[in-house]
Amino acid sequence: MLSIDMAALGSQLFVGLSRSMILFIVCSGLSYVLGVLRVPNVAHGSLYMIGAFSAFSITKLVAGPAGFWLALILAPLIVAAVSFVAERALFCHLYEREHLMLLLFTFALSLILGDLVKIIWGAEYKSIMSPAAFDGSITVLGASIPKYNFFLLIVGPFVALALWLFANKTKIGKIARAAAVDREMVGAVGINVSWVFAFAFVLGCFLAGLGGALVAPTVSITLGMDHNLIIEAFLIVIIGGLGNLWGAMVGSLIFGLTQAFGVLFWPQFAIVFPYMAVVIVLLWRPKGLLKSVW
Amino acid sequence: MRKNGSNTKTILFLAALAVVLLFLPSVLTRFYTYILSLIFVTALLAMSLNMVVGHGGLFQFHHCVFYGVGAYAFALMITKAGLPMWISFIVAPFVSALTGLIIGWLCVRLTKLYFGMLQISLGSLIWAIIFRWYSLTHGDDGIHGIPMPDLIASTTSAYYFIFLFFVLCLVVMYLIFKSPFGMTLQAMRDNPDRCAAVGINVRRHQLTAIVLATFFAGIAGVLFAVLERTVFPDLLFWVLSLEVFIMCLLGGWFTFAGPAVGAAITVALRTFVGIYTEYWTLVLGVLLILLIFFLPEGVMGFIYSKMESSGQRDAAGPRGV
Amino acid sequence: MLRVENLYKSFDGFIAVNGAELVVEKGQRVAVIGPNGAGKTTLFNLITGQLKPDRGKVTFNGENIGTLPPHEVCRRGIARSFQIANIFHRLSVFKNVQVSVLSRQKKSNTFFHPAHRMAVQETDRILESVGLLDKVDDIAGSLSHGDQRILEIAIALGTEPQLLILDEPTAGMSPDETAATMGLIRRLSETQGLTILFCEHDMDVVFNTAQSIMVMHYGKTIIQATPEEVRANRTVQEAYLGGEEDA
Repeated sequence: MLSIDMAALGSQLFVGLSRSMILFIVCSGLSYVLGVLRVPNVAHGSLYMIGAFSAFSITKLVAGPAGFWLALILAPLIVAAVSFVAERALFCHLYEREHLMLLLFTFALSLILGDLVKIIWGAEYKSIMSPAAFDGSITVLGASIPKYNFFLLIVGPFVALALWLFANKTKIGKIARAAAVDREMVGAVGINVSWVFAFAFVLGCFLAGLGGALVAPTVSITLGMDHNLIIEAFLIVIIGGLGNLWGAMVGSLIFGLTQAFGVLFWPQFAIVFPYMAVVIVLLWRPKGLLKSVW
Repeated sequence: MRKNGSNTKTILFLAALAVVLLFLPSVLTRFYTYILSLIFVTALLAMSLNMVVGHGGLFQFHHCVFYGVGAYAFALMITKAGLPMWISFIVAPFVSALTGLIIGWLCVRLTKLYFGMLQISLGSLIWAIIFRWYSLTHGDDGIHGIPMPDLIASTTSAYYFIFLFFVLCLVVMYLIFKSPFGMTLQAMRDNPDRCAAVGINVRRHQLTAIVLATFFAGIAGVLFAVLERTVFPDLLFWVLSLEVFIMCLLGGWFTFAGPAVGAAITVALRTFVGIYTEYWTLVLGVLLILLIFFLPEGVMGFIYSKMESSGQRDAAGPRGV
Repeated sequence: MLRVENLYKSFDGFIAVNGAELVVEKGQRVAVIGPNGAGKTTLFNLITGQLKPDRGKVTFNGENIGTLPPHEVCRRGIARSFQIANIFHRLSVFKNVQVSVLSRQKKSNTFFHPAHRMAVQETDRILESVGLLDKVDDIAGSLSHGDQRILEIAIALGTEPQLLILDEPTAGMSPDETAATMGLIRRLSETQGLTILFCEHDMDVVFNTAQSIMVMHYGKTIIQATPEEVRANRTVQEAYLGGEEDA
């Protein structure tokens, strides 16, 4: 069980890192919505799934690399549109209710979207190939890593930076942060809080869709994707600190790396390692490692 | 002193209902008898959850862990340890309660969302272990064909067995609900700070409630195993936990009998919808949305408020107020 | 009976209580006054255990209670009402007080006895003494604001305290309700020998009811003395009474 050499360790490190970046890209939207609306969006997993399935359909319609890049743009937009409809039609009427109701609504939404995906796309496994440019692996520091994963490794921090800049440096982003802490104050200065929330929610869901599309070439696109993702995403966001973007990054790193190293040490129970890590973190710091945004 | 005449009416109604339920297996097909048994098991699970959620105000987001642990403990004791069914039946709920004590003790230090989140993470850990420990639990395949004594082997006899324990548990839960413990628990739901200020050790009280609730969840798990002769990891999956939450909401979580009603409606609906379409989850989602918007007090809550506004104000009755 | 010495508490750099001193003798009615933000509620929270002091001591009947949690403080004989009506709004008026009485009787954990038959006499007696007996079955959340504040006091009385701490008991009340409440407080103090510590903004109420007044400003105790001495004190006049809160 313990006969590992440095090369294996090195490539597991990169596997872990790229998995962490994948997790981060997918969780960033969840973290953002939690930070602004103070509600864990249970439908985040389903929206991620719709992103992946939409990307699949787009690559089926438009062949080659063009299809792939088109999917990266269109799939998140489709998901954003779906979330916009759900938000304006139903969700926004609940903003005055207690948070538990909002959470239950997102759960209901996830149930509905889950079955919608089944209706539209059917139950078989799907898969996407990444563009030929990403075929094969490159060697970094003696470890071999698939090119596409390396691509994700770069995209991850890029998304983080973009989101951080948006949330902290733009006018809308700052208003959203204020609304999270004191919505009455924000309303009192004449800003329509409901639209602020709508914007934040749709942005978070857009990121879910983007995550789904980006991740699609690396996983099998199946009906259980949403459930598998959402629990991991929740735990990551919790251990990072509610609504804290960098916390989500830290959480993703912990999750991804512990799983990757778990595979080395005890393959059968590899998925137990991240859960174990989460439990340890929460026992030590119940409110998360970094400060929560509210 | 503050009782009113509606209590006698309620007792008569329940007695009649009990008689009908005892009589039903002789007229229903095996399938419907099975469904009724499933309703009892699910109702017990939902009632146990409501002990801490509706009456206690705790964010018990992963209650099914204790349900599944009870079921698995029962199954494993019979199939792997070769223990007789009756012993396993008695021990398994205690395993659930012990799990509840440990997880509860860890979570009770936190409030609200953090309580729920820590519980989900601990529960998921247990799920992951059960899911992966193939040699012990057969992982995703689950454990099948758990042998039952002849006495309760048939659908009808299983029905009576389950019904018996369902009623017993309900009676005990009702006594607890009406006792000072239950009333203080509801006060803690409304205002934990005030309770502390009148001398109540809130955390210890909550922990006791959790242990009780998880004990009953364990019983429900065992009864499930008796009914289905099977256990599988989905019993501990968070989706089921949220579904049971919905049952409490549907029935009315501030009432006593609400969750049972919610469970009955959900199971019945799932069975009937399943005949026409495979998209039960979609129906459940729509149902939940309708509930959130139009019936947040649940079915029983709605009924009770109708009764109150028509003049039967029920201060000491089963509404829990 | 109660002694607060050099109490200090800050939150993230904001100093809420900065050297508070207080002495309450048995059977006294003591009032704490001070402008908004002077730290009165924080002081009460420090005494009753909702907060832990950074520095300083709180002694009750000779015992140091500064670090005890709220339920332990209550068990020592201190009961309190809150500034914002803090009742069990889904329960009936009767049950609101009953919870408190049962807690004192240490029967909160009894399982198999129906609650509605327990502690009925004591609960009724308390409700009668505060004048809420006629509303016994009403849901607490449906009471008027003034009645809710009185229910607050009733809940506090349920624990049979030696010291009753009231945080702005007449806030938001009409003049009639205020007079009734202060009459109740005097009754509790004179007939039941209850020691009472309260804070208030209504100066008429304070000077008519209190036997000793402690003045707080920016978290610090300026003076504690009889009403006449306080009224005559220059520092108090400048800092507080001068043109600000004269009722």
